[in-house]
Amino acid sequence: MRSFFQKWFADALQTLGTITLFFWETVSSIFRGKISFQHLLYQVYFIGVKSQSVVVVTGAFTGMVLAAQTYFQFHKVKMDTATLAVVSVSMSSELGPVLTALMVVGRVGAAMTAELGTMRVTEQIDALRTLATHPIEYLVVPRLLGTLIALPLLTGEAIVVGISAGYLVGVYLLGIDPTYSWANMIRYSHAQDIVNGITKAAIFGGILATLCCYKGMTCGEGAEGVGKATTEAVVNSSISILITNFFLTLLLTRLLYP
Amino acid sequence: MIKVCDLKKRFGSHQVLDGVSFQIERGESVAIIGRSGGGKSVLLKHLIGLLTPDSGQVVIDDEEITRMSERKLIDVRRKFGMVFQSAALFDSLNVEENVGFALRQRGQVSEKEIAQKVAEALDMVELSGTQNKKPSELSGGMRKRVGLARAIVYRPEIVLYDEPTTGLDPVVSDSIDQLMLRVCARMQVTSVVVTHDMRTARRVGQRVLLLHEGKIYFSGTAEEIFKSVDPVVYRFVNGISETKHEA
Repeated sequence: MRSFFQKWFADALQTLGTITLFFWETVSSIFRGKISFQHLLYQVYFIGVKSQSVVVVTGAFTGMVLAAQTYFQFHKVKMDTATLAVVSVSMSSELGPVLTALMVVGRVGAAMTAELGTMRVTEQIDALRTLATHPIEYLVVPRLLGTLIALPLLTGEAIVVGISAGYLVGVYLLGIDPTYSWANMIRYSHAQDIVNGITKAAIFGGILATLCCYKGMTCGEGAEGVGKATTEAVVNSSISILITNFFLTLLLTRLLYP
Repeated sequence: MIKVCDLKKRFGSHQVLDGVSFQIERGESVAIIGRSGGGKSVLLKHLIGLLTPDSGQVVIDDEEITRMSERKLIDVRRKFGMVFQSAALFDSLNVEENVGFALRQRGQVSEKEIAQKVAEALDMVELSGTQNKKPSELSGGMRKRVGLARAIVYRPEIVLYDEPTTGLDPVVSDSIDQLMLRVCARMQVTSVVVTHDMRTARRVGQRVLLLHEGKIYFSGTAEEIFKSVDPVVYRFVNGISETKHEA
Protein backbone atom coordinates (compact mmCIF):
# COMPACT_ATOMS: atom_id res chain seq x y z
CA MET A 1 0.00 0.00 0.00
CA ARG A 2 2.82 2.35 0.94
CA SER A 3 4.67 1.69 -2.30
CA PHE A 4 1.44 2.40 -4.20
CA PHE A 5 1.19 5.87 -2.64
CA GLN A 6 4.91 6.46 -3.13
CA LYS A 7 4.55 5.63 -6.83
CA TRP A 8 1.40 7.77 -7.14
CA PHE A 9 3.16 10.70 -5.46
CA ALA A 10 6.29 10.29 -7.59
CA ASP A 11 4.18 10.12 -10.79
CA ALA A 12 2.19 13.20 -9.77
CA LEU A 13 5.38 15.14 -9.05
CA GLN A 14 6.90 14.04 -12.35
CA THR A 15 3.80 15.16 -14.28
CA LEU A 16 3.80 18.52 -12.50
CA GLY A 17 7.48 18.93 -13.35
CA THR A 18 6.89 18.07 -17.01
CA ILE A 19 3.98 20.53 -17.26
CA THR A 20 6.13 23.24 -15.64
CA LEU A 21 8.94 22.62 -18.16
CA PHE A 22 6.37 22.66 -20.99
CA PHE A 23 5.00 26.00 -19.75
CA TRP A 24 8.52 27.38 -19.38
CA GLU A 25 9.42 26.30 -22.93
CA THR A 26 6.23 27.98 -24.19
CA VAL A 27 6.95 31.23 -22.36
CA SER A 28 10.57 31.29 -23.55
CA SER A 29 9.35 30.60 -27.11
CA ILE A 30 7.18 33.73 -26.91
CA PHE A 31 10.30 35.83 -26.35
CA ARG A 32 12.81 33.85 -28.42
CA GLY A 33 10.81 32.77 -31.43
CA LYS A 34 8.86 34.67 -34.04
CA ILE A 35 5.12 34.81 -33.46
CA SER A 36 2.93 34.37 -36.51
CA PHE A 37 0.40 37.23 -36.38
CA GLN A 38 -1.86 35.36 -38.79
CA HIS A 39 -2.01 32.27 -36.54
CA LEU A 40 -2.54 34.40 -33.45
CA LEU A 41 -5.41 36.27 -35.13
CA TYR A 42 -7.02 32.98 -36.13
CA GLN A 43 -6.79 31.67 -32.55
CA VAL A 44 -8.33 34.86 -31.15
CA TYR A 45 -11.14 34.45 -33.69
CA PHE A 46 -11.60 30.72 -32.94
CA ILE A 47 -11.41 31.08 -29.15
CA GLY A 48 -13.03 34.48 -28.77
CA VAL A 49 -15.47 35.22 -31.59
CA LYS A 50 -16.72 31.64 -32.02
CA SER A 51 -17.29 31.20 -28.25
CA GLN A 52 -19.49 34.26 -27.89
CA SER A 53 -22.87 32.57 -28.23
CA VAL A 54 -22.03 30.00 -25.54
CA VAL A 55 -20.62 32.65 -23.21
CA VAL A 56 -23.54 35.09 -23.73
CA VAL A 57 -26.14 32.39 -22.99
CA THR A 58 -24.19 31.20 -19.92
CA GLY A 59 -23.71 34.76 -18.62
CA ALA A 60 -27.35 35.76 -19.21
CA PHE A 61 -28.95 32.76 -17.53
CA THR A 62 -26.48 32.80 -14.64
CA GLY A 63 -27.26 36.49 -14.01
CA MET A 64 -30.98 35.82 -14.27
CA VAL A 65 -31.08 32.85 -11.90
CA LEU A 66 -28.75 34.63 -9.46
CA ALA A 67 -31.04 37.68 -9.42
CA ALA A 68 -34.14 35.54 -8.92
CA GLN A 69 -32.68 33.38 -6.14
CA THR A 70 -31.10 36.34 -4.33
CA TYR A 71 -34.40 38.24 -4.53
CA PHE A 72 -36.35 35.25 -3.12
CA GLN A 73 -34.03 35.13 -0.06
CA PHE A 74 -33.58 38.89 0.42
CA HIS A 75 -37.31 39.54 0.09
CA LYS A 76 -37.82 37.63 3.36
CA VAL A 77 -35.74 40.25 5.22
CA LYS A 78 -36.93 43.24 3.15
CA MET A 79 -33.61 43.72 1.37
CA ASP A 80 -35.00 43.51 -2.18
CA THR A 81 -32.97 46.45 -3.47
CA ALA A 82 -29.66 44.81 -2.51
CA THR A 83 -30.32 42.03 -5.06
CA LEU A 84 -28.49 43.67 -7.95
CA ALA A 85 -25.49 44.51 -5.77
CA VAL A 86 -25.05 40.79 -5.05
CA VAL A 87 -25.51 39.94 -8.73
CA SER A 88 -22.99 42.57 -9.78
CA VAL A 89 -20.25 41.61 -7.30
CA SER A 90 -20.74 37.85 -7.84
CA MET A 91 -20.75 38.11 -11.62
CA SER A 92 -17.73 40.42 -11.73
CA SER A 93 -15.37 38.64 -9.40
CA GLU A 94 -16.51 34.99 -9.27
CA LEU A 95 -19.18 33.64 -11.58
CA GLY A 96 -18.20 35.61 -14.69
CA PRO A 97 -14.57 34.43 -14.89
CA VAL A 98 -15.18 30.88 -13.58
CA LEU A 99 -18.19 30.01 -15.73
CA THR A 100 -16.69 31.61 -18.83
CA ALA A 101 -13.47 29.65 -18.34
CA LEU A 102 -15.37 26.39 -17.79
CA MET A 103 -17.42 26.94 -20.98
CA VAL A 104 -14.28 27.76 -22.96
CA VAL A 105 -12.57 24.62 -21.61
CA GLY A 106 -15.47 22.55 -22.93
CA ARG A 107 -15.65 24.24 -26.31
CA VAL A 108 -12.07 25.27 -27.08
CA GLY A 109 -9.84 23.27 -24.70
CA ALA A 110 -11.26 19.96 -25.90
CA ALA A 111 -10.77 21.03 -29.53
CA MET A 112 -7.14 22.06 -28.82
CA THR A 113 -6.29 18.72 -27.24
CA ALA A 114 -8.07 16.69 -29.94
CA GLU A 115 -6.42 18.68 -32.76
CA LEU A 116 -2.89 18.50 -31.35
CA GLY A 117 -3.40 14.87 -30.30
CA THR A 118 -4.49 13.89 -33.80
CA MET A 119 -1.47 15.72 -35.22
CA ARG A 120 0.74 13.75 -32.86
CA VAL A 121 -0.65 10.29 -33.65
CA THR A 122 -0.55 10.96 -37.42
CA GLU A 123 3.12 12.04 -37.15
CA GLN A 124 2.33 15.61 -38.23
CA ILE A 125 4.16 17.00 -35.18
CA ASP A 126 7.21 14.88 -36.07
CA ALA A 127 6.91 16.22 -39.63
CA LEU A 128 6.95 19.78 -38.26
CA ARG A 129 10.14 18.99 -36.37
CA THR A 130 11.81 17.50 -39.45
CA LEU A 131 10.96 20.72 -41.30
CA ALA A 132 13.08 22.60 -38.74
CA THR A 133 10.05 24.09 -36.99
CA HIS A 134 9.76 24.17 -33.20
CA PRO A 135 6.34 22.58 -32.50
CA ILE A 136 5.76 24.58 -29.32
CA GLU A 137 6.56 27.81 -31.13
CA TYR A 138 4.30 26.97 -34.07
CA LEU A 139 1.40 25.21 -32.33
CA VAL A 140 1.29 26.13 -28.64
CA VAL A 141 2.36 29.79 -28.53
CA PRO A 142 -0.50 31.11 -30.75
CA ARG A 143 -3.03 29.06 -28.73
CA LEU A 144 -1.73 30.30 -25.39
CA LEU A 145 -1.59 33.95 -26.48
CA GLY A 146 -4.97 33.65 -28.20
CA THR A 147 -6.54 32.33 -24.99
CA LEU A 148 -4.82 35.02 -22.88
CA ILE A 149 -6.33 37.70 -25.15
CA ALA A 150 -9.77 36.16 -25.75
CA LEU A 151 -10.72 34.86 -22.29
CA PRO A 152 -10.59 38.24 -20.45
CA LEU A 153 -12.66 39.79 -23.28
CA LEU A 154 -15.21 36.96 -23.12
CA THR A 155 -15.33 37.30 -19.34
CA GLY A 156 -16.01 41.03 -19.64
CA GLU A 157 -18.83 40.22 -22.04
CA ALA A 158 -20.28 37.57 -19.69
CA ILE A 159 -20.17 40.03 -16.77
CA VAL A 160 -21.99 42.77 -18.71
CA VAL A 161 -24.60 40.36 -20.08
CA GLY A 162 -25.09 38.66 -16.70
CA ILE A 163 -25.64 41.92 -14.81
CA SER A 164 -27.93 43.26 -17.54
CA ALA A 165 -29.99 40.07 -17.58
CA GLY A 166 -30.17 40.14 -13.75
CA TYR A 167 -31.35 43.76 -13.90
CA LEU A 168 -34.08 42.93 -16.41
CA VAL A 169 -35.31 39.98 -14.34
CA GLY A 170 -35.11 41.90 -11.03
CA VAL A 171 -36.77 45.09 -12.22
CA TYR A 172 -39.25 43.97 -14.88
CA LEU A 173 -40.14 40.45 -13.70
CA LEU A 174 -39.78 40.59 -9.92
CA GLY A 175 -40.68 44.27 -9.51
CA ILE A 176 -37.65 45.54 -7.57
CA ASP A 177 -37.38 49.32 -7.40
CA PRO A 178 -34.93 50.28 -10.18
CA THR A 179 -33.59 53.49 -8.63
CA TYR A 180 -32.60 52.01 -5.25
CA SER A 181 -31.34 48.83 -6.94
CA TRP A 182 -29.10 50.82 -9.23
CA ALA A 183 -27.87 53.02 -6.37
CA ASN A 184 -27.06 49.98 -4.20
CA MET A 185 -25.34 48.23 -7.08
CA ILE A 186 -23.07 51.23 -7.67
CA ARG A 187 -22.47 51.62 -3.92
CA TYR A 188 -21.34 48.04 -3.27
CA SER A 189 -19.61 47.24 -6.57
CA HIS A 190 -16.05 48.44 -7.03
CA ALA A 191 -13.71 48.68 -9.97
CA GLN A 192 -11.53 46.23 -8.06
CA ASP A 193 -14.19 43.51 -8.53
CA ILE A 194 -13.88 43.87 -12.30
CA VAL A 195 -10.07 43.95 -12.11
CA ASN A 196 -10.11 40.76 -10.00
CA GLY A 197 -12.44 39.06 -12.48
CA ILE A 198 -10.36 39.99 -15.52
CA THR A 199 -7.10 39.02 -13.74
CA LYS A 200 -8.63 35.65 -12.88
CA ALA A 201 -9.76 35.20 -16.49
CA ALA A 202 -6.22 35.76 -17.78
CA ILE A 203 -4.81 33.23 -15.27
CA PHE A 204 -7.54 30.69 -16.10
CA GLY A 205 -6.73 31.21 -19.79
CA GLY A 206 -3.09 30.38 -19.12
CA ILE A 207 -4.04 27.26 -17.16
CA LEU A 208 -6.50 25.90 -19.70
CA ALA A 209 -4.31 26.57 -22.75
CA THR A 210 -1.23 25.06 -21.10
CA LEU A 211 -2.98 21.93 -19.81
CA CYS A 212 -5.00 21.30 -22.98
CA CYS A 213 -2.00 21.81 -25.30
CA TYR A 214 0.21 19.68 -23.02
CA LYS A 215 -2.30 16.83 -23.07
CA GLY A 216 -2.56 17.04 -26.86
CA MET A 217 1.19 17.14 -27.42
CA THR A 218 1.80 14.16 -25.12
CA CYS A 219 -1.25 11.99 -25.85
CA GLY A 220 -1.06 8.22 -26.27
CA GLU A 221 -1.24 6.31 -29.51
CA GLY A 222 -4.34 5.89 -31.65
CA ALA A 223 -7.92 7.11 -31.40
CA GLU A 224 -8.12 5.82 -27.82
CA GLY A 225 -5.10 7.93 -26.83
CA VAL A 226 -6.63 11.08 -28.33
CA GLY A 227 -9.99 10.42 -26.63
CA LYS A 228 -8.38 9.77 -23.26
CA ALA A 229 -6.17 12.87 -23.53
CA THR A 230 -9.18 15.04 -24.42
CA THR A 231 -11.20 13.79 -21.44
CA GLU A 232 -8.25 14.28 -19.08
CA ALA A 233 -7.57 17.77 -20.45
CA VAL A 234 -11.15 18.93 -19.86
CA VAL A 235 -11.41 17.34 -16.39
CA ASN A 236 -7.97 18.49 -15.19
CA SER A 237 -8.43 22.03 -16.56
CA SER A 238 -11.88 22.39 -14.98
CA ILE A 239 -10.71 21.15 -11.59
CA SER A 240 -7.57 23.31 -11.73
CA ILE A 241 -9.67 26.39 -12.53
CA LEU A 242 -12.05 25.75 -9.62
CA ILE A 243 -9.21 25.15 -7.14
CA THR A 244 -7.17 28.11 -8.41
CA ASN A 245 -10.23 30.35 -8.14
CA PHE A 246 -10.44 29.78 -4.39
CA PHE A 247 -6.82 30.69 -3.80
CA LEU A 248 -6.99 33.64 -6.21
CA THR A 249 -10.02 35.00 -4.34
CA LEU A 250 -8.06 34.84 -1.08
CA LEU A 251 -4.96 36.31 -2.68
CA LEU A 252 -6.64 39.14 -4.56
CA THR A 253 -9.19 40.21 -1.96
CA ARG A 254 -7.31 39.57 1.29
CA LEU A 255 -3.63 39.97 0.53
CA LEU A 256 -3.20 42.28 -2.45
CA TYR A 257 -6.24 44.55 -1.97
CA PRO A 258 -7.41 44.14 1.66
CA MET B 1 28.43 12.28 -43.05
CA ILE B 2 26.23 10.26 -40.69
CA LYS B 3 27.94 8.24 -37.97
CA VAL B 4 26.07 6.02 -35.53
CA CYS B 5 27.98 4.52 -32.58
CA ASP B 6 26.67 1.77 -30.30
CA LEU B 7 23.11 3.09 -30.31
CA LYS B 8 20.77 1.50 -27.77
CA LYS B 9 17.06 2.10 -27.28
CA ARG B 10 14.57 0.23 -25.12
CA PHE B 11 10.77 0.64 -25.00
CA GLY B 12 9.55 -0.91 -21.75
CA SER B 13 11.05 -4.40 -21.59
CA HIS B 14 11.69 -4.56 -25.36
CA GLN B 15 15.28 -3.78 -26.41
CA VAL B 16 14.65 -2.34 -29.89
CA LEU B 17 18.18 -1.20 -30.72
CA ASP B 18 21.00 -3.09 -29.02
CA GLY B 19 24.25 -1.47 -30.05
CA VAL B 20 23.76 -0.30 -33.65
CA SER B 21 26.86 1.14 -35.34
CA PHE B 22 27.40 2.23 -38.96
CA GLN B 23 28.60 5.12 -41.05
CA ILE B 24 27.10 6.70 -44.17
CA GLU B 25 29.27 8.86 -46.40
CA ARG B 26 28.12 12.05 -48.14
CA GLY B 27 26.23 11.31 -51.36
CA GLU B 28 25.80 7.63 -50.54
CA SER B 29 22.47 5.86 -50.93
CA VAL B 30 21.82 3.30 -48.21
CA ALA B 31 18.86 0.98 -47.67
CA ILE B 32 18.17 -0.31 -44.16
CA ILE B 33 16.16 -3.52 -44.27
CA GLY B 34 14.80 -5.72 -41.53
CA ARG B 35 11.66 -7.38 -40.27
CA SER B 36 8.52 -5.41 -39.39
CA GLY B 37 8.76 -4.13 -35.83
CA GLY B 38 12.52 -4.69 -35.87
CA GLY B 39 13.41 -1.07 -35.10
CA LYS B 40 14.15 0.34 -38.57
CA SER B 41 11.88 3.38 -38.20
CA VAL B 42 13.14 3.89 -34.63
CA LEU B 43 16.69 3.93 -35.97
CA LEU B 44 15.75 6.41 -38.71
CA LYS B 45 14.08 8.73 -36.19
CA HIS B 46 17.29 8.75 -34.13
CA LEU B 47 19.23 10.02 -37.16
CA ILE B 48 17.20 13.25 -37.21
CA GLY B 49 16.83 13.61 -33.45
CA LEU B 50 13.12 12.74 -33.23
CA LEU B 51 14.00 10.13 -30.61
CA THR B 52 16.67 10.23 -27.91
CA PRO B 53 18.66 7.00 -27.39
CA ASP B 54 19.27 5.38 -24.01
CA SER B 55 22.97 5.32 -24.88
CA GLY B 56 25.22 5.70 -27.90
CA GLN B 57 25.87 8.52 -30.32
CA VAL B 58 24.58 9.95 -33.58
CA VAL B 59 27.03 12.30 -35.28
CA ILE B 60 25.95 14.45 -38.24
CA ASP B 61 28.83 16.25 -39.97
CA ASP B 62 30.98 16.14 -36.80
CA GLU B 63 28.12 17.35 -34.55
CA GLU B 64 26.91 14.97 -31.85
CA ILE B 65 23.12 15.41 -31.82
CA THR B 66 21.85 12.95 -29.22
CA ARG B 67 22.06 15.38 -26.30
CA MET B 68 21.12 18.52 -28.20
CA SER B 69 18.12 20.61 -27.14
CA GLU B 70 15.10 20.87 -29.47
CA ARG B 71 16.07 24.43 -30.34
CA LYS B 72 19.66 23.53 -31.28
CA LEU B 73 18.42 20.57 -33.31
CA ILE B 74 16.52 22.96 -35.59
CA ASP B 75 19.77 24.00 -37.28
CA VAL B 76 20.88 20.37 -37.76
CA ARG B 77 17.46 19.42 -39.17
CA ARG B 78 17.77 22.05 -41.90
CA LYS B 79 20.17 19.58 -43.56
CA PHE B 80 17.49 16.88 -43.61
CA GLY B 81 14.34 16.08 -45.51
CA MET B 82 12.16 13.21 -44.33
CA VAL B 83 9.44 11.23 -46.08
CA PHE B 84 7.12 9.53 -43.59
CA GLN B 85 5.49 6.13 -43.91
CA SER B 86 2.07 7.77 -43.56
CA ALA B 87 3.20 10.85 -45.59
CA ALA B 88 2.26 12.98 -42.48
CA LEU B 89 0.92 15.83 -44.60
CA PHE B 90 -0.63 18.71 -42.67
CA ASP B 91 -4.30 18.01 -43.26
CA SER B 92 -5.42 21.60 -42.63
CA LEU B 93 -3.17 22.90 -45.43
CA ASN B 94 -3.42 22.32 -49.19
CA VAL B 95 -0.67 20.76 -51.30
CA GLU B 96 0.96 24.10 -52.12
CA GLU B 97 1.05 25.14 -48.46
CA ASN B 98 2.36 21.71 -47.42
CA VAL B 99 5.20 21.73 -49.94
CA GLY B 100 6.09 25.39 -49.35
CA PHE B 101 5.83 25.08 -45.54
CA ALA B 102 9.57 24.92 -44.76
CA LEU B 103 10.36 27.80 -47.15
CA ARG B 104 7.71 30.01 -45.53
CA GLN B 105 8.90 29.12 -42.04
CA ARG B 106 12.46 30.08 -42.91
CA GLY B 107 11.14 33.38 -44.23
CA GLN B 108 14.03 34.23 -46.52
CA VAL B 109 12.21 33.64 -49.81
CA SER B 110 9.54 35.76 -51.50
CA GLU B 111 6.06 34.35 -52.18
CA LYS B 112 6.81 34.39 -55.91
CA GLU B 113 9.96 32.31 -55.43
CA ILE B 114 8.12 29.94 -53.10
CA ALA B 115 5.40 29.38 -55.72
CA GLN B 116 8.10 28.69 -58.32
CA LYS B 117 10.05 26.27 -56.11
CA VAL B 118 6.85 24.46 -55.11
CA ALA B 119 5.86 24.11 -58.78
CA GLU B 120 9.35 22.71 -59.59
CA ALA B 121 9.18 20.21 -56.70
CA LEU B 122 5.69 19.09 -57.71
CA ASP B 123 6.86 18.76 -61.30
CA MET B 124 9.72 16.54 -60.16
CA VAL B 125 7.24 14.20 -58.43
CA GLU B 126 4.86 14.41 -61.43
CA LEU B 127 2.08 16.16 -59.57
CA SER B 128 1.96 19.50 -61.39
CA GLY B 129 -1.34 21.34 -61.03
CA THR B 130 -2.34 19.80 -57.69
CA GLN B 131 -1.38 22.89 -55.67
CA ASN B 132 -4.93 23.63 -54.49
CA LYS B 133 -5.93 20.10 -53.53
CA LYS B 134 -6.29 19.08 -49.88
CA PRO B 135 -4.42 15.96 -48.65
CA SER B 136 -7.80 14.22 -48.15
CA GLU B 137 -8.43 14.48 -51.92
CA LEU B 138 -5.21 12.59 -52.78
CA SER B 139 -4.59 8.85 -53.16
CA GLY B 140 -1.97 7.04 -51.03
CA GLY B 141 0.67 7.20 -53.77
CA MET B 142 0.00 10.89 -54.44
CA ARG B 143 0.28 11.68 -50.73
CA LYS B 144 3.69 9.96 -50.59
CA ARG B 145 4.83 11.95 -53.61
CA VAL B 146 3.65 15.23 -52.06
CA GLY B 147 5.54 14.17 -48.90
CA LEU B 148 8.63 13.69 -51.05
CA ALA B 149 8.15 17.08 -52.74
CA ARG B 150 7.84 18.68 -49.27
CA ALA B 151 11.07 16.99 -48.17
CA ILE B 152 13.16 18.09 -51.18
CA VAL B 153 11.80 21.56 -51.99
CA TYR B 154 14.44 23.31 -49.86
CA ARG B 155 17.30 21.20 -51.28
CA PRO B 156 18.38 19.23 -48.18
CA GLU B 157 21.73 17.42 -48.04
CA ILE B 158 20.25 14.22 -46.61
CA VAL B 159 16.85 12.65 -47.38
CA LEU B 160 15.39 9.99 -45.07
CA TYR B 161 12.66 7.71 -46.39
CA ASP B 162 10.56 5.74 -43.90
CA GLU B 163 8.94 2.78 -45.68
CA PRO B 164 8.25 4.81 -48.85
CA THR B 165 6.48 2.01 -50.73
CA THR B 166 4.57 0.30 -47.92
CA GLY B 167 0.87 -0.08 -48.67
CA LEU B 168 1.20 0.82 -52.35
CA ASP B 169 0.51 -1.41 -55.34
CA PRO B 170 3.55 -2.63 -57.38
CA VAL B 171 3.07 -0.06 -60.14
CA VAL B 172 2.88 2.91 -57.74
CA SER B 173 5.78 1.41 -55.72
CA ASP B 174 7.81 1.33 -58.92
CA SER B 175 7.05 5.00 -59.61
CA ILE B 176 8.16 5.92 -56.05
CA ASP B 177 11.41 3.94 -56.56
CA GLN B 178 12.02 5.82 -59.80
CA LEU B 179 11.38 9.12 -58.03
CA MET B 180 13.87 8.32 -55.27
CA LEU B 181 16.50 7.45 -57.87
CA ARG B 182 15.75 10.65 -59.78
CA VAL B 183 16.03 12.80 -56.62
CA CYS B 184 19.29 11.09 -55.72
CA ALA B 185 20.76 11.63 -59.20
CA ARG B 186 19.56 15.19 -59.75
CA MET B 187 20.17 16.62 -56.30
CA GLN B 188 23.22 14.54 -55.29
CA VAL B 189 21.75 13.98 -51.84
CA THR B 190 22.63 11.35 -49.25
CA SER B 191 19.68 8.95 -49.10
CA VAL B 192 18.72 6.61 -46.26
CA VAL B 193 15.79 4.35 -47.13
CA VAL B 194 14.15 2.17 -44.50
CA THR B 195 12.17 -0.59 -46.15
CA HIS B 196 11.21 -4.24 -46.03
CA ASP B 197 10.48 -4.21 -49.75
CA MET B 198 13.44 -6.09 -51.25
CA ARG B 199 12.83 -4.67 -54.72
CA THR B 200 13.11 -1.11 -53.40
CA ALA B 201 16.23 -2.00 -51.40
CA ARG B 202 17.87 -3.57 -54.46
CA ARG B 203 17.10 -0.61 -56.72
CA VAL B 204 17.78 2.30 -54.41
CA GLY B 205 20.47 1.04 -52.04
CA GLN B 206 24.08 1.30 -53.19
CA ARG B 207 24.70 -0.33 -49.84
CA VAL B 208 22.24 -2.41 -47.83
CA LEU B 209 22.23 -2.78 -44.03
CA LEU B 210 20.25 -5.62 -42.45
CA LEU B 211 18.94 -4.80 -38.96
CA HIS B 212 18.42 -8.01 -37.03
CA GLU B 213 17.72 -8.39 -33.30
CA GLY B 214 18.67 -4.77 -32.63
CA LYS B 215 22.04 -4.91 -34.38
CA ILE B 216 23.39 -4.38 -37.90
CA TYR B 217 23.72 -8.02 -38.90
CA PHE B 218 24.91 -7.52 -42.45
CA SER B 219 26.35 -4.65 -44.47
CA GLY B 220 27.15 -4.90 -48.14
CA THR B 221 26.09 -4.09 -51.66
CA ALA B 222 22.67 -5.15 -52.93
CA GLU B 223 24.28 -7.91 -55.01
CA GLU B 224 26.22 -9.24 -52.00
CA ILE B 225 23.13 -9.45 -49.83
CA PHE B 226 21.14 -11.23 -52.54
CA LYS B 227 23.92 -13.76 -53.05
CA SER B 228 24.54 -14.32 -49.33
CA VAL B 229 24.16 -17.85 -48.00
CA ASP B 230 24.04 -16.75 -44.36
CA PRO B 231 20.83 -18.37 -43.06
CA VAL B 232 19.42 -15.16 -41.46
CA VAL B 233 20.13 -13.05 -44.55
CA TYR B 234 18.95 -15.76 -46.93
CA ARG B 235 15.67 -16.27 -45.07
CA PHE B 236 14.95 -12.53 -45.00
CA VAL B 237 15.87 -11.85 -48.62
CA ASN B 238 13.83 -14.79 -49.88
CA GLY B 239 10.94 -14.26 -47.49
CA ILE B 240 11.18 -17.60 -45.67
CA SER B 241 9.62 -17.63 -42.22
CA GLU B 242 11.12 -19.53 -39.28
CA THR B 243 7.79 -21.23 -38.55
CA LYS B 244 7.86 -24.94 -39.34
CA HIS B 245 4.84 -25.89 -41.37
CA GLU B 246 3.23 -29.24 -40.76
CA ALA B 247 2.96 -31.36 -43.83
